[in-house]
Amino acid sequence: MSLSVKHLLGIKELQPEDMHRIFQTADNFKQVLQRPIKKVPTLRDTTVVNLFFENSTRTRISFELAEKRLSADTVNFSASGSSVSKGETLIDTVHNILAMKVDMIVMRHAASGAPWFLAQHTDAAIINAGDGINEHPTQALLDAYSIRERLGSVEGRRVAIFGDVMHSRVALSNIFCLRQLGAEVTVCGPPTLIPPHIASLGVRVEYDLKKALEWCEVANVLRIQLERQHKPLFSSLREYALYYGISKSMLDSIGKEIVIMHPGPINRGVELHSDVADSGQSIILDQVENGVAIRMAVLYLLSGKREME
Amino acid sequence: MKTLLDQYQLDITLQRLAHQLVENHPDLSRTAVIGLQPRGVWLSDRIVALLKQITGSGQIDYGRLDITFYRDDVHQSNALQVPSQTDISFSIEHRTVILVDDVLHTGRTIRAAMDALLDFGRPAQVQLLVLIDRHYSRELPIQPDYVGQTVDTIITQKVKVFWKEKDKKDEVVLLD
Repeated sequence: MSLSVKHLLGIKELQPEDMHRIFQTADNFKQVLQRPIKKVPTLRDTTVVNLFFENSTRTRISFELAEKRLSADTVNFSASGSSVSKGETLIDTVHNILAMKVDMIVMRHAASGAPWFLAQHTDAAIINAGDGINEHPTQALLDAYSIRERLGSVEGRRVAIFGDVMHSRVALSNIFCLRQLGAEVTVCGPPTLIPPHIASLGVRVEYDLKKALEWCEVANVLRIQLERQHKPLFSSLREYALYYGISKSMLDSIGKEIVIMHPGPINRGVELHSDVADSGQSIILDQVENGVAIRMAVLYLLSGKREME
Repeated sequence: MKTLLDQYQLDITLQRLAHQLVENHPDLSRTAVIGLQPRGVWLSDRIVALLKQITGSGQIDYGRLDITFYRDDVHQSNALQVPSQTDISFSIEHRTVILVDDVLHTGRTIRAAMDALLDFGRPAQVQLLVLIDRHYSRELPIQPDYVGQTVDTIITQKVKVFWKEKDKKDEVVLLD
């Protein structure tokens, strides 16, 4: 009952059976997280390094908690204040860390494809915690898991992804994951933030917010990633909020209850108004809670066979 | 293949085990039964049904415990175990807990079960009930309190327990 892959580099490489296995295992870990003692000794012989070459709060804490709940030893690394600023290459950094007998690597990197590159050069199991604008597999898994939890299933559900699809690894991983699990997907945003040819991934494209909301059962709202936009792609945040910000009054005018999701951090008043983000139809905090269980499941399923000395 | 218990013998054995429990635990409200997932649960289902029948009481605290995440061989085999549901909806503090499993062999499962159980609280006492005790094969100092049948086996043999509910017959066999 392991996964078909040795690393979790991207959703693209997973089979639907892998995802169901991860969800099933996460169910068990979620149960552990409800107990008075939220810890199991499963990975007590495992050391995990969290390599974060890019800023992160939620994902890093979520991974670290998942590792601690499994009793793994953890080492944290962030690029600022490390030898990376002295000019060390990625492979050298990782080889040095692995020389200290580390079993698994959780990595976030600004360069798309960095975890694939690393996987060719090390034996340790690698979990991608976000690479550039490419993939963020654990986020997509926890999003699909949260939909499954709220609506009972993912298959056949209509999910719309709103906002900065162009710069979003969450969007890409979500598309791969939801399509594989049999959901219908629409992406919606201003034309400048929707990549050309995205329809070739089997998704619909919609530029009108209201029409997309009327179509969907689940709205996954993304953050505008100003830090990745090297040239202006819309005139102002205010204009974006006017055309693509989701407000309670707009949701009420649709006449059905849509499940609202957001991978965080939220820009309140831009893509999502506070009265929506904090409403009962928002499962944003459930996503965060499920993130720990999903990451525990991935760590457990990838921990693999250890040679005994 | 040798039959250790046929349907009739199994039935008598289960009756005896249930009566022994009632004899030693006159006040069953101080006691909780916990079956070990996945295979011990078939046995604990039967035992609990018999306890209710014998005492005429519908009130017996009964839970199921999965020990997958507490195993000591997680990283020694290629295949990870499929976890099952843990379901303990009562407090075990200051109670007598009877762990139930079908076959006691090396004792490692019971070691893991005790660790898993203690994460739920501090029971007054933990006892062990097994249907088959494979004698002389223990790797840890663990002994059962209630035994259906003790058998002498060698390591290559296997004990298999069939239950009517899932295998369409009640039987315990020893496979070479």
